[in-house]
Amino acid sequence: MLMSIPQAVRLEEDTVLHANQVEKTYSNGTLALSRMSLRVQRGDFVSLLGPSGCGKSTLLKLFAGLESPSHGRVRWAGLDKPSKSKLKTAMVFQEATLMPWADVAANVRLPLDLSGVPRAEADQRVKAVLDQVGLGAFGHAYPRELSGGMQMRASLARALVTEPDVLLMDEPFGALDEFTRNKLDADLRALWAKRNLTVVFVTHSIYEAVYLSSRVVMMAARPGRITADVPMDEPDRSEAYRLSPAFAQHCRDLSALLMSASDHTAEQH
Amino acid sequence: MSQPTPLLMRPGALNVIAPVCFGLFLLLLWQGLCSAMDVPTYLVPKPTDIAHTLVTDGPSLLRALGVTLKITLLAFLLAVVLGVAAAFLFVQSRLLEASLFPYAILLQVTPVVAIAPLIIIWVKEPTLALVICATLVTLFPIISNTVLGLRSVNPGLLNMFKMNGATRWQTLRRLRIPSALPFFFGGLRISSGLALIGAVVAEFVAGTGGTGAGLAYEILQAGFQINIPRLFAALILISLTGVLLFVSMVWLSDKALGHWHDSAQRG
Repeated sequence: MLMSIPQAVRLEEDTVLHANQVEKTYSNGTLALSRMSLRVQRGDFVSLLGPSGCGKSTLLKLFAGLESPSHGRVRWAGLDKPSKSKLKTAMVFQEATLMPWADVAANVRLPLDLSGVPRAEADQRVKAVLDQVGLGAFGHAYPRELSGGMQMRASLARALVTEPDVLLMDEPFGALDEFTRNKLDADLRALWAKRNLTVVFVTHSIYEAVYLSSRVVMMAARPGRITADVPMDEPDRSEAYRLSPAFAQHCRDLSALLMSASDHTAEQH
Repeated sequence: MSQPTPLLMRPGALNVIAPVCFGLFLLLLWQGLCSAMDVPTYLVPKPTDIAHTLVTDGPSLLRALGVTLKITLLAFLLAVVLGVAAAFLFVQSRLLEASLFPYAILLQVTPVVAIAPLIIIWVKEPTLALVICATLVTLFPIISNTVLGLRSVNPGLLNMFKMNGATRWQTLRRLRIPSALPFFFGGLRISSGLALIGAVVAEFVAGTGGTGAGLAYEILQAGFQINIPRLFAALILISLTGVLLFVSMVWLSDKALGHWHDSAQRG
């Protein structure tokens, strides 16, 4: 039985990313995503939340244009290729994926170098973005000299340096300790508000999803599909929010949704 | 030597002092045994005999070493150029790699001693013939390591380049080549030694044909004349040259990768 997903009716022009009836089967026959649709509106902070194998990373890769759907289509600001639309998309990966042979400044500058931005201008933008992510003093450090959290900051800076409209993040802070992760989450949320970003954030942490998102899209595995789409409206995202009853309530609700989704999967087997 | 322990605790010092002490011990043992048992020089010369020969025959042996070294370095250089070119070709096209790689392996497994006579007959210029023989031995590690390196690219970085619209050339220059460097230098370390072995083996084969001038020829001649101290002296020069080549490759690799790659830290 297909679960029907209530989708808020919103204006087409506000849709920056649109997965329409997409399905993804990998060449080894794995059905990573069964037919599903998702609209991401301008200014959304959407978390894709679900267990391993629910296709959340696959969906992100579709939005990144790194994979194409086996069925259905993905649209970027209404166009069928990310390069055609004026939409600038940047991605932050699970690992920092920095070039070990280049210092932090050169790593962050890479997207600008690749698109031929003049060196002087590129250097200026790199400096500005490094200051923003708190790495102002580490431009000349090599990745291996940085802690895991600082490496992720460099990776984030590299994504932000192109001034993207859409930031796609694939469990970016999953490998970090909790303190570092909370700090980076807070900084990310502030950057999102300040820069008018649209973020699609893949995570398997309920707490992280509740803290960060304006909207949580719940997914379930085998086959990968969307099971719920929950708005998170609290404007306050200070550290105090993490301890508030509202935060706890959201976590409980999402947890219950996750449980019922996995029960549903179990019934199918 | 009042406080030897702190010095020895430093790993760098230990790595130098320990083998040197062991070597000295062996030399003393060798010298002592030869003297005590009165072993004739034409069977096993004493270290002092060899040292004496190294001094008296030094100029002629060094000239021979120069010839061998020239062939070694030419072969090494040629192998680097050809090997890297082949690796780039292989990486550009799977079809090309599938067609050619088996023959690269064939080249590697065929003993150079077996092909050397053919090459020496075919190629009139003796130095060139020797260089070709030595190159054949040197080539394979450079090809296989460089291919491996060019393929060992972090998939996340590759995606990052793709998302930023990098051209094939940009990806090669900014991502594949730097990623391949540690593997390439690993190949150089192996190949530098092989170039010397290839040069000496080729000289052995060619030397019997009367073209000799290198160290291998000196070894053969010394053997014929039962001039064992001279044979040992030539042997020592070859070994030292091999060590020197290896050490210079390690140095080069450290210079190139020192600021980022782990291999260089322990170098």
